[in-house]
Amino acid sequence: MDSFVEQLKRGTEEEFTEESAWDGSAVNTTSSSLPAIYLPLLPRYLLHPTTRGRKSTEFQETKKACLNYIQDALLQHQWQRAAEFMTNYLETLENTSAEQRMAAPEVIWRIGTEILCHHSKSSVEEFNYFAEQMKNLGVKKYLGVCLEHVFHLLCNGLIDDAYQNLSLAEGWRYGEQTIAQDKELKLIQAYKGLLDYYNWAKKRKAVLELDGDFADSVEQEMHSFFRQAAVNLKEIIKIPGVWDPFVKCYVDRRGESKKTLMSVLKILHEIVPSHELMLDYNAMLQKSKKRKHHRLGLEIIFTLLDFAGWKEHVKAWSCLAKQILENSSKHLDWVREEWNSRKDWWPAFHFSHYLAKRNWQENESLACEKALVAGILLGKDCKYFKYVSHEGCKAKKEKFRTMKKFVKKHSSTHLRASGVLDSCTHL
Amino acid sequence: MEEEDTRDYSEPCVQCSVVNWGLTDEGRFYCKSCHNVIERTKEVLTSDVVPNAKIQSISRGFRKRKKIARETTSVCSGSVDGGSYVLKRKKGNLRMSMPMTLSFCYIALLWLREPVTLSDLLRFVIDGHIPYLNAFQYFPEEMKLYGVDLKIFHVESWPVYEDVHNKMSELAAFLDLPRFPAITDSCFLHPNILCIKYLMEANLPDELHNWTCRVVKKINAGETDFLTLDPVNKSARKVKYDVLAAAIIIVVLKLLFLLDDQYEWLLANLAGKRNQKNKEGCLWFDFKKWYKIIKKSVDVEQKKLDEERARCLWKCEKPLFYSAKEKSVVLKKRQMVVNLQRQFGALSGSRQVAEKQSPSSFQLNWAEENTDGNCFHGHILEGVLQEKGNSLTTMNTKYWLCTVKLCNEKICGQLTHYKESNFPQSYQFVLNLFSFLLRVPASLIHEEVCLIEHKLFKTKLHRK
Repeated sequence: MDSFVEQLKRGTEEEFTEESAWDGSAVNTTSSSLPAIYLPLLPRYLLHPTTRGRKSTEFQETKKACLNYIQDALLQHQWQRAAEFMTNYLETLENTSAEQRMAAPEVIWRIGTEILCHHSKSSVEEFNYFAEQMKNLGVKKYLGVCLEHVFHLLCNGLIDDAYQNLSLAEGWRYGEQTIAQDKELKLIQAYKGLLDYYNWAKKRKAVLELDGDFADSVEQEMHSFFRQAAVNLKEIIKIPGVWDPFVKCYVDRRGESKKTLMSVLKILHEIVPSHELMLDYNAMLQKSKKRKHHRLGLEIIFTLLDFAGWKEHVKAWSCLAKQILENSSKHLDWVREEWNSRKDWWPAFHFSHYLAKRNWQENESLACEKALVAGILLGKDCKYFKYVSHEGCKAKKEKFRTMKKFVKKHSSTHLRASGVLDSCTHL
Repeated sequence: MEEEDTRDYSEPCVQCSVVNWGLTDEGRFYCKSCHNVIERTKEVLTSDVVPNAKIQSISRGFRKRKKIARETTSVCSGSVDGGSYVLKRKKGNLRMSMPMTLSFCYIALLWLREPVTLSDLLRFVIDGHIPYLNAFQYFPEEMKLYGVDLKIFHVESWPVYEDVHNKMSELAAFLDLPRFPAITDSCFLHPNILCIKYLMEANLPDELHNWTCRVVKKINAGETDFLTLDPVNKSARKVKYDVLAAAIIIVVLKLLFLLDDQYEWLLANLAGKRNQKNKEGCLWFDFKKWYKIIKKSVDVEQKKLDEERARCLWKCEKPLFYSAKEKSVVLKKRQMVVNLQRQFGALSGSRQVAEKQSPSSFQLNWAEENTDGNCFHGHILEGVLQEKGNSLTTMNTKYWLCTVKLCNEKICGQLTHYKESNFPQSYQFVLNLFSFLLRVPASLIHEEVCLIEHKLFKTKLHRK
């Protein structure tokens, strides 16, 4: 009997629906309604084209028209009118065309949220009700809807409700769908971690203010939030992506254990070498007593300036200058190593004449720092240093004279770094 | 009522532990929060009035699961009749379908010579005055729809005029009906009478009626033999009374006003100037003024119609499903749609759901007492006509044919092809006006116009 039913369903638009839209699109009669094609050698059965195939029914046509009215109403901010047409459009969820039926929940979710966000009579309860209905509609959009629902709650300041929803969503499993909606699940975990962090921070503040017995129980809660957050956030930042707020939270509370903090940032450095936090990481490494940390720090600061986004960052340049100078006596080979892979392109990338002019015009302190680095690495005769120091001296800036002297003193570093001096000694 | 019926049952749901029960159509309990249907049933005695159906007995239906299992597969798979519908149709084998029921109604109306045209009938259907869309919800309890029967009653498109009309002739032949009662010049469907109706509705001068009668006479469209349906005579062309009347009016307009996008405006200017000077007495018919007023009204009505079309609700409370397996899914969906409709309905503007107007023969009404000057019925055709001997003839001496040659129906599928850009705007306008009034495609009326012209100018054409 099942195959019979299948046959029924398949044949829906074939023999039976001979109707067409009342505005006169071709009526599917047994005789062809189009002129015949007469081409030589064309087989007889291809002479008469017919308009067969999936025709859209009037139901589908009217739903399309309804959607247009909704879209117009939304564009003109006529929320009541949009809601009115929405009540008629909802039937599309029961569309006989499977394709349309599948696409319907997404459209309805979008329209519904739009209306509920703006309608004057709408409220958070209305939104919640709608979200719950949409979640029940189908598994394919379940987590997406959950996530957006959470966003809406967060935007309205309902942190606890959001947290509840996230907890529910986090535990959702549905066979294949769990894998299919993996991205959403990861985001849910991330936001849950974020909210765990938020709760932990609140509890921590409470602990600091409270004393005695109360403090203990609150501390317990605090630790549990910490654990939950840590688990989630650690998982999250393993995935390539931009996780700034999450990493910051993770890093924040991990203040006690520098070791783990640094290991996290190391991972981050590998994935995103141009990350904002790299400068802080570098600072951390400089503070450390370990040699390998200093080495790593040097690598980090050089790598950072490989990226266009950091080209005009004054602090980064000043750190670089400092670190080069620090290492130029005992660990010149480090500097050389780093400079080796860059000496071919950094001059054009950072130290061109054009950039010298521009940097000087726009940001004098940047120009100074860069000039210092340029002077050390490329020597006092390089374009950049020459231009900037010239301009600086013209402006009678005292510090330029000192800088010039300084560079002269350290330009031997440049010579040594580029191995010229070494080769000279061979002669 | 549902709360009462389920109130005494307070077991928590197995799936979601909530106590919130509802009743399905079959009287089964289902959980309102997770839509889980359980075994428990409730006997439902309904006292709903089923319109136009004779309730023989109130059947308990198939409430218990065991009973369904015991039913033979033939019942579960639908009626025997329905089964034959799935098979490929043999030529000549007629099958009843929803549009066919309308053909059936129309035949009855025609037999009785009722003053209802086919376009009126279809308009009543679309406006919801005649059950069509979800007609099965009015069936008595005993008539359960299963399987194949669904295909018959599941409507997703409105009936099409040509379709219904074609089926009518097939049906008349199939039923072996004899020649129908004669359509004489006192019948509503006679073009002379029907033209009056359409002239009124189109807000055209009554004087045009003389001209429509003249054209009818010239092409022998008033002959009883021509108008009366005779299923025995297979070659005779089946008359579309409403389309014919509309086409005749259009031909008359072409005769008087040429409708070449120039002449009619010249005449209108003359009439307009004259009306300005002589405000007393009869007004001359001003084509331009008429055009403006009609266009405005029709645009408004068309816009309303388009919105109504978009607002059309196709599903009813009783959804259809092909098999028991599908049932729960379908019901769940329906419940969800109803819930959401309730939510958004509350957010809709307080749009007064207009009382369903009783079906009316006229869509546009132009009151003669109206002092707006919007009614053209009483306007005279001065300036358009001239005396010639002892009869009146048109000022216009030219005429353009819609088509010089008719196509071969067997090859092209139709007699004419209407491409708007080939025709003057004024012609398109009047065509669209009647297309709106009759709810038929403009091409259908255009075809009729071509046929009339070919009869009218037969001799001139044959001379070439």
